[in-house]
Amino acid sequence: MTRTDPLDVPRPDAQLHFGVFFQGVNHWTVWSDPASGSQIDPANFRRVAQTAERGLFDAFFLGEGLRLREVDGRIHDLDVAGRPDAITQLAALAAVTDRIGLVSTSNTTFNEAADLARRLSGLDLLSEGRAGWNVVTTDNAWTGANFRRGGYLDHADRYRRAEEFLTVARALWDSWADKAVAGSADAPAWAAPGAVRQVRHQGPQFDVDLAPTLPRSAQGHPVIFQAGDSGEGRDFAARNADVIFSAHGNDFDDALAFADDLRRRLRAVGRPDDDLRILPGTEIIIGATEEEALEKKRWIRLQQVTPATALGIAGLLWGIDLFGRDADGPLPKEDPVVAENDGSFGARRIADPRQVVAEWREKADANRWSLRETVIALGPQRGHVGTPEGLADKFAHFVRHGAVDGFNVTPYLIPDGLDDIVDHLVPALQERGVYRTDYTGTTLREHLNLRAPLTHRTATA
Amino acid sequence: MSGPALRLALEIDGDGAHPAAWRRAAHSPDQLLSPRRVARVAAAAENAGFTLLTLDDGALPPGTGPDVVGRIGAVERAAFIAASTSVVGIAPVVPLTYAEPFHVSSQLASLDHISIGRAGWVVSEEARPEAASVWGRPLVDGTVARARESRDGVEVVRELWDSWEDDAVIRSVATSRYLDRDRLHYVDFTGDTYTVKGPAIVPRPPQGQLVVLGSPERVPADQLDVAFVEGRDLTAVTASASAAGTPRTFAEVEVALDTAHATAEERVEDLERHGSWSDRGRLRHIGSAAGLAVLLRELRGVVDGVRLHPLVLDEDLPEVSRLVLPHLFERRDAVRPLAGASLRTHLGLDRPANRYAVAAAAQEDVR
Repeated sequence: MTRTDPLDVPRPDAQLHFGVFFQGVNHWTVWSDPASGSQIDPANFRRVAQTAERGLFDAFFLGEGLRLREVDGRIHDLDVAGRPDAITQLAALAAVTDRIGLVSTSNTTFNEAADLARRLSGLDLLSEGRAGWNVVTTDNAWTGANFRRGGYLDHADRYRRAEEFLTVARALWDSWADKAVAGSADAPAWAAPGAVRQVRHQGPQFDVDLAPTLPRSAQGHPVIFQAGDSGEGRDFAARNADVIFSAHGNDFDDALAFADDLRRRLRAVGRPDDDLRILPGTEIIIGATEEEALEKKRWIRLQQVTPATALGIAGLLWGIDLFGRDADGPLPKEDPVVAENDGSFGARRIADPRQVVAEWREKADANRWSLRETVIALGPQRGHVGTPEGLADKFAHFVRHGAVDGFNVTPYLIPDGLDDIVDHLVPALQERGVYRTDYTGTTLREHLNLRAPLTHRTATA
Repeated sequence: MSGPALRLALEIDGDGAHPAAWRRAAHSPDQLLSPRRVARVAAAAENAGFTLLTLDDGALPPGTGPDVVGRIGAVERAAFIAASTSVVGIAPVVPLTYAEPFHVSSQLASLDHISIGRAGWVVSEEARPEAASVWGRPLVDGTVARARESRDGVEVVRELWDSWEDDAVIRSVATSRYLDRDRLHYVDFTGDTYTVKGPAIVPRPPQGQLVVLGSPERVPADQLDVAFVEGRDLTAVTASASAAGTPRTFAEVEVALDTAHATAEERVEDLERHGSWSDRGRLRHIGSAAGLAVLLRELRGVVDGVRLHPLVLDEDLPEVSRLVLPHLFERRDAVRPLAGASLRTHLGLDRPANRYAVAAAAQEDVR
């Protein structure tokens, strides 16, 4: 790709934002390499967060799981599993980092608004305005089996609950007047009379009548993140979120189409169309030359898609237990079995397995691929591969044309998987003027160059 | 003096035990909830030689009227402290009256990982009816019902901590298996009001099981590692301690000390103008540092440790650190914790075997 003339693009001053996603459970984290460290040791969380902070990243993200994944009713044993509670881990990282945002993925289906809002407020105060909340929902009773409330919400209800959840959380976060707390010990009371509002909310999902325990943080309240690709998810983000995680960061045209769609949705709900930061999740593989980077990618894919993982992925597609077959041999001869529910949870559902299998067969035959090679070649093509200079040019093009605002990077190796990016890619981006050379603010909201929280605008307008 | 040396715990919630303690704090009231404040108190206590810090909590404001009404969740503060200290144990208060035991189990196991085996848990109750709405749950009414939720909740949490055997992560490159699923266990808990499937999402905590502390009046003694025992005098404390039935006992001691600027009596009187230091039936020492040292020495042999509740942290903690603890340590009436050891080790408690691993081994023996 050629260097873009900065004056010839829609957003010449655009800046790229990076987040890092400390991955939990999926096969993208390479655990078999000797350099792969513990996924639970606090030193590794600290190391990744501090490396990201050295690289002037906006945020450090943690995912959430509320039940271990299963395949055919048995715990899935091939991938990394076991991780800390996100808010608890992030509160610890608040003590050993200064600037980087700390974002927790927390579920609205299996949490209660007042409880979670308080925990997030605590993180926001302990980090002095660096907290973020990635709002997710769940719609299966299988996860509910770990909770008192049990049961589940259907797809539509889970978003209704999430939206009401946010309404309640924001009311709680906004309930303390600024400077509610006394500045001196001689004041008549610790909190000024009337400065802390009782929050009353009655709705289909929540019935809250509560005096909240926490003031606002330096950034007002936690930055809201959302990931959701469906029309419903995009609308939810347009109405509520500050940042959206997308799966549209690989191909420029696809990313731009997604961004344009979101901008339309933002305008439709009366928000400025630059009000939402778009951060696709991505893997970044760097080499000193293009060839070296491609070779590294090949190696990484083989570590990620082991023979057993290839059989597992193909087994989900075929609906047949393929363990024991030869992953380095041809594709299974059988037709896929399409079942309503095969007892596998936490895995992606495939809309039409018969059609996908037919495509796989065709491509595998044409290229003489083994099953494992097919899984690698036709699996999700995620990420960017190249030299620091090439990637910097490419990312500058993406961001200056409004296709993305940045990337949420998923390192394939813990704890050192971010080092290449921070040491080589970040300087190349800085050279091109698309990446900060220092933090200019102290809060996550400032890093992301966001306006005030949505609920504060009408109040102050 | 008889009995093993005392272990010292300190309650560090808010500005001190008196509801008006904030008026005598060394910082402005609006700094109470700042991270610097949280870290500074923890560092001072760790340097003084305390074995354990406890953090009171509740989902509702801690006070009303002129008192402090702000409080960051105890688990979040504990995690922050865990990352900014290296030796001292940290035990947040977490009630199970309404909370989800699965979340509580994950949070506390994570705290133990973060602190590398220095975590404890003070089991408490949410007794105020308004707390029910925080968790969107019907009112749990009365002491019997609350005790039931605590008992079932502690059981679930403890089972979940064991639901991963210590060596469940095998990283077997030869077989492509990260986990040995035979070393992971569904807890299939069935209590009086709910069920929980398991296993946990957090691997087994470094201590195997965190140190569980609480009152045997609220949590069955066999679920507790440490009982907090109360009584207005030594006789009452002795009786409570011998009745506790837990592996360890800690006496609750409320403390106000003389300082260079005011006597303990004067300091208490000053705060009593604003409200009362309610009598919870605990030992209370208002007076000299030397007098406190004598009282603590008398408690040696009666209990395994003491938990101090200072009138005002900023005033009493420096006095305790300078004038009381050094003498106790010097005379081996009390011990400081050692770097690198777990809270269990500091309390002389064994690391519990994993219940499922034990069952599996027994099965092997039968075969």
